[in-house]
Amino acid sequence: MEQKLVALSGNEAVAYAFKQAKPHVASAFPITPQTEMMHKYAEFVANGESTTEMILVESEHSAMSAAVGSAAAGARTFTATSSAGFALMWEIVYIAASLRLPICMALVNRALSGNINIHCDHSDSMGGRDAGWIHLFSENAQEAYDNAVMSWRIAEHMDVRLPVMVNYDGFIISHTADSLHMLPDDAAYDFIGKYKHAYTLLDVENPITVGPLDLTDYYFEHKTSQLAAYAKAAEVVQKVSEEYGALTGRTYEYCEEYKLDDADMVMVILGSSAGTAKDVIDDYRAKGVKVGLLKIRMFRPFPAKYIADKLAGRKAVAVLDRSASFGGFGGPVFTEVRSAMYGQQVPLHGYIYGLGGRDFDLGQVATVIENLKKVAAGGRVEDINLLGVRL
Amino acid sequence: MSFIKTKELPEGGIIREAGNAHDYKTGDWRTFVPQFVEENCIHCMFCWIYCPDSAIEIDTSGGKPLMKGIILDHCKGCGICAHECPPVKKGKAALVMVREEK
Repeated sequence: MEQKLVALSGNEAVAYAFKQAKPHVASAFPITPQTEMMHKYAEFVANGESTTEMILVESEHSAMSAAVGSAAAGARTFTATSSAGFALMWEIVYIAASLRLPICMALVNRALSGNINIHCDHSDSMGGRDAGWIHLFSENAQEAYDNAVMSWRIAEHMDVRLPVMVNYDGFIISHTADSLHMLPDDAAYDFIGKYKHAYTLLDVENPITVGPLDLTDYYFEHKTSQLAAYAKAAEVVQKVSEEYGALTGRTYEYCEEYKLDDADMVMVILGSSAGTAKDVIDDYRAKGVKVGLLKIRMFRPFPAKYIADKLAGRKAVAVLDRSASFGGFGGPVFTEVRSAMYGQQVPLHGYIYGLGGRDFDLGQVATVIENLKKVAAGGRVEDINLLGVRL
Repeated sequence: MSFIKTKELPEGGIIREAGNAHDYKTGDWRTFVPQFVEENCIHCMFCWIYCPDSAIEIDTSGGKPLMKGIILDHCKGCGICAHECPPVKKGKAALVMVREEK
């Protein structure tokens, strides 16, 4: 498939990906660094390039509520937010997944307050990790675009019917111009397909009730039914990614492996920081140090067995979290990976880095690799470490 | 009522059957129960209008609807009917709340 090479910010790239699905409805409230994405989308609508009905609401709680109403009515729907906006959506974020509504959302990752901060970390997304959405992470504008195109197919698959969150790092990806390949509109729409609803509130011949009171007699059964969806969702993510790979030449899996095959030491990371890590890994590889990277693309559903297989038999593993779990044992990625590795004798330690947009620089990656070398040689480092902060 | 298993439930917790609240017995939530004293009833239908659970049974076979009693499967014992019931006959209401003893 011939694709146009373009220079766009991550926000613009995702706006194009959403437009290519010809969504019926978009509801959103502005918040930095997401604003530019919906700004671009509003421009498409104003210029007559998109017929999406935009609902401009008074808060993010309303944005997600409008999205739920729209999707329950049977419309292809998306929204976008960041940080505190996502936190304000909280109640309805769970409802969107519980009602099995295939809403797509761009979550432009930004630190949660307080103190108030507009820059990137993953605390917003991680706060919603148990809400029942599919979480895809992106390393750059290309991946944000690709994940956004695929998000429709994944969410709307009849075996899935779950909302999908496309995560990309605030400012680092959202506001920097990057080069990427974009599918022509027709090809993207052919891939995404025409929208089909699983149920609709607007069918007066077959009236349904959505979101009723659900007490001790049925709530648990409904949650059990929802729990069963995630294994199927993971299969669909894989299938859709393979199909997308065949179309575009860009193939994705649950994780990306970078120089992993023969690696004794492995870094596990999400998002744009993977690019920085790859650069330093190249330097160490040149010196004969067998270090590699496992970049998690799909954090929910968490591919525990897949990750455990990839990390089996390594001499040392470091898991990097761009968010903290206050009072918890390490960051969210660390606890998941460590739990997935239970029963394997692989030494595993964690880092918290980059909170509030603190730069993740080459020196920090080198620090991690030096620690990995120490552990691989039989030495010890702390279970949980901090990177790039003044102590 | 019989309970449906997880595998038979529609996805998303939706209900495909319209008006099925009728099949859901909520009468056992009660502490107080309205007692119908028929000789005091003037069949004004206030209780039927105000009842939030449609738990007032009426007979519409004649020209004028007649109050027949309480549908105890759905009455939650809120007491609104007794509160609204006008004490017209000798100053006595036709609905009186009493503690339900089983």
